[in-house]
Amino acid sequence: MNLLGKLSWNAIPLDQPIVMAATSMMIAGVVLVLSWVTVKGHWPYLWREWITSVDHKRIGVMYIVLALLMLLRGFTDAIMMRSQQAVAAGGAHGYLPPEHFDQIFSAHGTIMIFFMAMPFVIGLMNFVVPLQLGVRDMAFPTLNSVALWLTASGILLTNISLAVGEFAKTGWVAYPPLSEVQFSPGVGVDYYLWALQISGIGTLLTGINFVTTILKTRAPGMGYMRMPVFCWTALASNLLMVAAFPVLTATFAMLLLDRYLGFHFFSIDGQGNPMMYVNLFWVWGHPEVYILILPAFGIFSEAISTFSGKPLFGYRSMVAATMAICVLSFLVWLHHFFTMGASADVNGFFGVMTMVIAVPTGVKIFNWLFTMYGGRVRLTVPVLWSLGFMVTFVIGGMTGVLMAVPPADFQLHNSLFLVAHFHNVIIGGVVFGVLAGYTYWFPKAFGFTLDERWGRASFWCWLIGFYIAFMPLYALGLMGMTRRMQHYDNLAWQPWLLLAAVGAVVILAGIACLIVQLIVSIRDRAQRPAGGDPWNGRTLEWSTASPPPAWNFAVLPRVSERDTYWNGRKRERTAQDPPAREYKPIEMPKNSATGFITAFFAVVTGFALIWHIWWMVGLGLFGAFVTLIAFAFRDREDIEISAEQIARFDRAHQLEVPI
Amino acid sequence: MPRSVLAVALVSIATLSGCTEGVLDPKGPIAAAERQILFNSLGIMLAIVIPTILATLGIAYWFRSSNKRARYLPDFTYSGRLELLVWSIPALTVLLVGGVAWVGSHHLDPRKPIGAAVEPLRIQVVSLDWKWLFIYPEQGIASINQLTIPIDTPVSFELTSAGVMNSFFVPQLGGQIYTMAGMVTRLYLQADHPGSYRGLSANYSGGGFADMRFTVDALPAKEFAHWVTTTRSAGPQLDSQTYADLAKPTTAVPPFTYRTVAPGLFNGILSAGMMGADASHIDLPASQRAEK
Repeated sequence: MNLLGKLSWNAIPLDQPIVMAATSMMIAGVVLVLSWVTVKGHWPYLWREWITSVDHKRIGVMYIVLALLMLLRGFTDAIMMRSQQAVAAGGAHGYLPPEHFDQIFSAHGTIMIFFMAMPFVIGLMNFVVPLQLGVRDMAFPTLNSVALWLTASGILLTNISLAVGEFAKTGWVAYPPLSEVQFSPGVGVDYYLWALQISGIGTLLTGINFVTTILKTRAPGMGYMRMPVFCWTALASNLLMVAAFPVLTATFAMLLLDRYLGFHFFSIDGQGNPMMYVNLFWVWGHPEVYILILPAFGIFSEAISTFSGKPLFGYRSMVAATMAICVLSFLVWLHHFFTMGASADVNGFFGVMTMVIAVPTGVKIFNWLFTMYGGRVRLTVPVLWSLGFMVTFVIGGMTGVLMAVPPADFQLHNSLFLVAHFHNVIIGGVVFGVLAGYTYWFPKAFGFTLDERWGRASFWCWLIGFYIAFMPLYALGLMGMTRRMQHYDNLAWQPWLLLAAVGAVVILAGIACLIVQLIVSIRDRAQRPAGGDPWNGRTLEWSTASPPPAWNFAVLPRVSERDTYWNGRKRERTAQDPPAREYKPIEMPKNSATGFITAFFAVVTGFALIWHIWWMVGLGLFGAFVTLIAFAFRDREDIEISAEQIARFDRAHQLEVPI
Repeated sequence: MPRSVLAVALVSIATLSGCTEGVLDPKGPIAAAERQILFNSLGIMLAIVIPTILATLGIAYWFRSSNKRARYLPDFTYSGRLELLVWSIPALTVLLVGGVAWVGSHHLDPRKPIGAAVEPLRIQVVSLDWKWLFIYPEQGIASINQLTIPIDTPVSFELTSAGVMNSFFVPQLGGQIYTMAGMVTRLYLQADHPGSYRGLSANYSGGGFADMRFTVDALPAKEFAHWVTTTRSAGPQLDSQTYADLAKPTTAVPPFTYRTVAPGLFNGILSAGMMGADASHIDLPASQRAEK
């Protein structure tokens, strides 16, 4: 038996110049960063303050760093696809052979959904939710760190596949029988499955953590109907994670049993049923899109209300709509495959249910409108993203409802119209949302605001680029072009694909503006201090310093109404003497390397499973188990922060409003 | 009527942009009905989407903080009447489009026969890696990557796959349907005009997917009969041996025809899919074996 399983030098695609160039650039980047950190001697700081940190704010920032890196990786794939399809017309076959092109679109979908959108949304929730709830950390801080590093493990495995072996050539949904060993004997599907299994466990842990935090650890006096709307959307999103991700894990586990041990869950032989996979995948998959979009709705609610100088219009309606979407999202999955040949009753039912879920979404749009109505709308960058979202999202929603009509879907399914639709809602909804949140909460995290001018430039490039890139795809779908085509013979499609490629370049400019914005803002940070509350905010996160101390609040805030901070400040103008604060020592969770070490062993185990290196699988599992035992037998879990230290910090960061 | 204006606008945009040959240029009753549903649903929704977009931009512009003429109403946070309106507008829209969806999915159920005076033509479709096999069981002929049908005659398709899932799609004749190993899906289509239409697979199926396309030639009845006669007179035969060769993965196969087809081949492929036998070894039914 080979000691390295299926692994050999052949696994490295030395014969493919494009792959090797990308790989060397990636490796060069990593080496550059690592050697810079080493030379500057930042390792002890990084280890102490970030890698082993269990502080929800630090973890949130690290999630977002991962997401931004993966945005670059996923977008590189997007540019390659758009340029390939722009040239591969008629007899031409472009510059990417099918085996490479097929990996690229699979990787693009997988990375953008699981490793860009998810970490971005989870990162923002991590940073914001405990602050908005007025508490000092998540319910399970170490678990939070484990979840982060498991997500990073999945990301690492996916990126290793670029250099060692291959990625899945099945599309990001990996439908069997194509993803079974019979049709995909390579390691690509295994990379996909293990990367997502490992990061999926992280996501489930995150879901459990947030649900517990929001349900059990709110500031004194914060009843459910006093929670900020972002916390409500975070609750709905995390409830969906807890309910939906186990379905994905179980489905992938069955596919893994098929692939590794010759089971027949989804194979075409042995009474397997591939269509069961398709059903189960979308039982997870449709709630997944609401996992992403609901927190984005929450961000828009916060941004619109803050920058309109008004409470959110129809708070109760918003909460009801959020929770309605949360429940209904489990009743629509079949609209992803009306063309499977189900009966008219089944198709009709799921079509109508899909439309019903558009009702609470429409309610939200109108409530944002009425929030702006009678407000003093400051057209800041987060508001620009929100307005861009409202205009773009209703178009995406409309094409979505259009495809919920089964006979229309028969014509549009799997076409570029579908591709345009889901980019319309994911870019116009989720990406605009997380970028609004990034701009909105950045000053809270780092103590200085982001540059407005570059922020505006980025917004306009993204918005215009989106329309140039995806409106042609709607037209192409109506012209009968299906997705995932490595080349095509219909020359009438080419001008539209060229236009779409131009749009992708405009979006690239938007991403470049984001990078420049970050650099410029860091350079000029002394000129743009944020203070505790740069936006005239409403919720509790603005009542503490920026960046907040590790303990968030020296004295836990007492909540007596919605928008406590805003209302408190209004009263403060009339009140004369704020009550003196009494400081008590605070117990904070101790840093822990558990997450990082667990993730290290997860990568070892995952890599070994992918390449059938069985001894290494044992080693990895054993290591993870020992880590868990060591964590369970730890002596101290808390460190105490003295009242004196807290008082000193508080004096240095004079609060505007004591709550 | 706004809806017809919309339809005219869409069709003209489509035509101007060279958008012919697509789903907006139907050549049969099913595709035409599906396009009508597309337009109806779009019309209903645009009636609410366009005002919403305009209202968004208008309100944000009017209530911008620099506009001193706009009234500041910080306490305008709830209104029962508006809440009612806010819930009922989307609900009414969905009621309308939902009706279209429910009725449409029954009216245009892919397995529902097309009511016509003419007896439908039966065609069996098998998706292979990476080509399409069309069997004409009543004529005893078959073709690869080329589908020839008579006009004004409903075509009854029975579809399956020899392996990976694909989706059979002729945009100008009507909606698609999946082909799945070990299962049969049904689809009725009809061409009203003679012509040559594009067909393709709409579901990604692996390395040769981009070339999994075929041409649909819709011919007048006489020419179709002539085509059948010509096809019967020349070309290879399709039996379990030649099928085994055909089933091997190949890419970009030029169209050709088979002069005869072993009866029961389709059912053989289907049960091979169900039993999990190697798809290239088809057990033909007993009668067929006896003939051999």
